Amino acid sequence: MSTEWPLWEVFIRGQHGISHRHVGSLHAPDAEMAMKNARDVYTRRNEGVSIWVVEARHITASSPSDKGPFYEPSHSKVYRHPSFFDIPDEAGHM
Amino acid sequence: MYAQMVQSTGKGVKTRAEMTEEEARFQDRIDAGEKIEPRDWMPEGYRKTLIRQIGQHAHSEIVGQLPEGNWITRAPTLERKAILLAKVQDEAGHGLYLYCAAETLGVSRDELTQDLLSGRMKYSSIFNYPTLTWADMGAVGWLVDGAAIMNQVPLQRTSYGPYSRAMIRICKEESFHQRQGYDIMMKMAKGTPEQKRMAQDALNRFWYPSLMMFGPSDADSVHSAQSMAWKIKINTNDELRQKFVDQTVPQAELLGLTIPDPELKWNEARGHHDFSQPDWSEFFAVIQGDGPCNSERMEARRKAWDDGAWVREGLMAHAAKKAARKVAAE
Repeated sequence: MSTEWPLWEVFIRGQHGISHRHVGSLHAPDAEMAMKNARDVYTRRNEGVSIWVVEARHITASSPSDKGPFYEPSHSKVYRHPSFFDIPDEAGHM
Repeated sequence: MYAQMVQSTGKGVKTRAEMTEEEARFQDRIDAGEKIEPRDWMPEGYRKTLIRQIGQHAHSEIVGQLPEGNWITRAPTLERKAILLAKVQDEAGHGLYLYCAAETLGVSRDELTQDLLSGRMKYSSIFNYPTLTWADMGAVGWLVDGAAIMNQVPLQRTSYGPYSRAMIRICKEESFHQRQGYDIMMKMAKGTPEQKRMAQDALNRFWYPSLMMFGPSDADSVHSAQSMAWKIKINTNDELRQKFVDQTVPQAELLGLTIPDPELKWNEARGHHDFSQPDWSEFFAVIQGDGPCNSERMEARRKAWDDGAWVREGLMAHAAKKAARKVAAE
């Protein structure tokens, strides 16, 4: 039997009010050990107030070759940005 | 370096005309300063060279724990012991960041470990030297970590995203390592005559091995030329070595210690120090396995791997049992 521990991706909330952010990965036999390892590997200097660990095989990623077509629908919709509209200065802050 | 003499494709850098359309597009992205991410298309040579380089770098962090681990139980005070322990723990962390970066290129952790244990992959020559006195902890932090920083700072800009991000994390932590080493040296150099002698002796023994860390001159190396075109190597070995010497000379003066090189002097015209090259035949012997501690280091790593087998297997079996129980309960 292969004894290589599965790969886990680690996400850390750096401070209160900020979202979790991917910081790296590690190997661990189960979620509990992954959490402990994540604390030791990624928060040795108080880098976080909250940790998520997710087994890497559960993550579905977009494909790099889709880059163009996948995001194409938003390319032509420049009016979604506020700067698309010319509003006179007299209207004040908007 | 922690990565020395990394073999690349062994061929010259391809001209634009020789590149396939994909290769040209890849090179354009690198030239534009874009990061390459794991699932992006990349030339096979880029992938292989990076696995060799990052793997060697990771192995060096792990094996690099041994010379310092040697002094944890004998640190002169509880505070020094806690600091050294934290430093060695950081090295383990650095190894793990780097192994993870290498794994994104499609190699497994066990394969990397096996390649280290079988001797197929190397680690930095510097860790095959013994740490004989407490002053060596100072010299290692000051010189060895100092030389490593010299290499790692530019690598934060390397083209491969996961490697670059690992280097950024490492560089943030590395400055603590060098400063704690210099702090030990200051204490020793300003201590009793005997302590100062120990500090000088540590500098004498670690000076040339530290210069060797950058590897032999690679001005004419096809491997380095390719790695530089791919931005997985940013500076030549000679550039980094010169920078290291220029930075270290005033630091040694401040300590009142003498760098063991009678040829060392400031060259006004070049704006750099002239210095003697290390004995490169010694470097090649150490790389080939004939350094003072090669067999001891490899033995320690093999023992750790073999002795840990029951833990790795046991925890996997426990995880499987727990998962099965959970399924049964649902």
